[in-house]
Amino acid sequence: MSKNIQIRLASQRINTSVPGNQRYPKIFTPGQVITAQNEFMRGHGTYEENGELKASVAGVREQVNNLISIRPLKSRYNGEIGDVVVGRITEVQQKRWKVDTNSRLDSALLLSSVNLPGGELRRRSVEDEHMMRQFLQEGDLISAEVQNVYSDGSLSLHTRSLRYGKLGQGVLVKVFPSLIKRSKTHFHNLPVGASIILGNNGLIWICTSINNSEESVGGFVQNLEEVVPRQERETICRIRNCILALTQSKMMLYDTSILYAYEESLKYSVAELLIPEAMLDIAILTQQRLTMLENA
Amino acid sequence: MALCDAEKTFVLHGVQDNFRIDGRELDDYRPMELETDVVSHAFGSARLRLANTDVLVAVKIELDVPFPESPQNGKIEFFVDCSANATPEFEGRGGEDLAIAISNTLTTAYSSSLAFDSRKLCLLNGKKCWKLYVDILILECGGNLFDAVSIAVKAALWNTRIPFVKNVNIDGNNIDLDVSDDLCLCERLDIENAPVMVTVCKIGDKCIVDPNAAEEHCSMGSVVVAVSGTKISTIYQTGTGSLHPATLTESLQLGFRVAIRLNEALSKVLSRIRPDEEAGFLK
Repeated sequence: MSKNIQIRLASQRINTSVPGNQRYPKIFTPGQVITAQNEFMRGHGTYEENGELKASVAGVREQVNNLISIRPLKSRYNGEIGDVVVGRITEVQQKRWKVDTNSRLDSALLLSSVNLPGGELRRRSVEDEHMMRQFLQEGDLISAEVQNVYSDGSLSLHTRSLRYGKLGQGVLVKVFPSLIKRSKTHFHNLPVGASIILGNNGLIWICTSINNSEESVGGFVQNLEEVVPRQERETICRIRNCILALTQSKMMLYDTSILYAYEESLKYSVAELLIPEAMLDIAILTQQRLTMLENA
Repeated sequence: MALCDAEKTFVLHGVQDNFRIDGRELDDYRPMELETDVVSHAFGSARLRLANTDVLVAVKIELDVPFPESPQNGKIEFFVDCSANATPEFEGRGGEDLAIAISNTLTTAYSSSLAFDSRKLCLLNGKKCWKLYVDILILECGGNLFDAVSIAVKAALWNTRIPFVKNVNIDGNNIDLDVSDDLCLCERLDIENAPVMVTVCKIGDKCIVDPNAAEEHCSMGSVVVAVSGTKISTIYQTGTGSLHPATLTESLQLGFRVAIRLNEALSKVLSRIRPDEEAGFLK
């Protein structure tokens, strides 16, 4: 890595958009007329003016029967039941934790919806309520699943599976929630020696490969003594920078795209991946490989 | 933003290994983007984006009377606005202490005549001088504010054009200044030696420059080194930790080295700026 400090001018800013192969849906901008006919009902992201239905946010149109709504491109996370999320504990309350999941309101993780150490069918006692801070305290990161969406849009989470629970050493990356592609599994053990959790809420957790055998302790332990070896650390940091490169060019994030970006990035050193040109290069190469995969 | 112990451990071990979470070495700087002349009604302005940190600086000029103790010097005043738009932590009076710290550090860094010659701002000895108001607005806060602010301030001062005074009529106590209407007739400031600040963050037993938000959280304390030309003009220590004398000299040397590099890079990019280029932010 050169020791030069890069200061660039805004006039020399590069265009980070990557041409895709698929057709894009029409994007509405705030104030744009969606329809002048008044037989439609207005949904989220729209308003009525002079008998016309207009968009109030920038996004794509969605229609269910007569109901038209605009789904914004950039927004906070709107939870759905079954989503995998990564969140940070903000508050320990009676019988519940408050979790910041990048949505409009803090989510709740009830004491009754976590697996406490010592087996699944364990009764929750008053002692457990007093011990809550020892399981999870403010600032801790967890992975969880959305159990329920309340009427005000806030979420109730659960970690009643051995996959979920407290996260150990690793890096958190924040991206737009709309860039995370929905798939069957959001936990990936990448063959390059790292594992990632793609939270539907736009928070991505990257850590060393998880051994499935060790994991069955309930997920409330962290090993702070263990030093992540240099090799694995480089892999984690490279994946982090690759994800940011794909995000810069607004490309969808899922295991294949991240893996391709990782492979394409190997010609650069990890620190060079902070330079916008290198980031764009990786995004373009990844897009090409994805297109080839689709056409194959 | 709070970090959990495991994340802090990861950052700490990375710093010890000379491989930080974004792959940089201890004394590496992130790429940044600079833009000048962004505010049309200001005499000079600049905007700097360093990763997630975004700073907008505007310079305004007024006529004033010099201080009686320094009749030959003009005035320069810094005001930092840490609005809650930058980060929720600045809500209410949350950003006030930081804002005052930044503006005080800038004031002391610019107070020396070797760093910034304010005598050039004096129009009439003891009677009239220019007063520069440097307004700094933090648009987004992603760590390393001091460095970003100092670079943006220097760029904005570089961009500043001071109106040309055609003639001065003195009639008793009544002073009449005839300022040129011609926009092309104006003077630039000499900012060759204007200070550049570098924050040296101590994490574990190593020192790093250009910390991101996560690294700032892991640090016990940091030293801001302001360097003008080839001299250290001021030092400011933040955080709760104390520093061992050996660490202090080490971090001063590191800060000094990086500041020289930073200053070189900045003067290089400023010399490349062409007038009337339309790009980016607000345009």
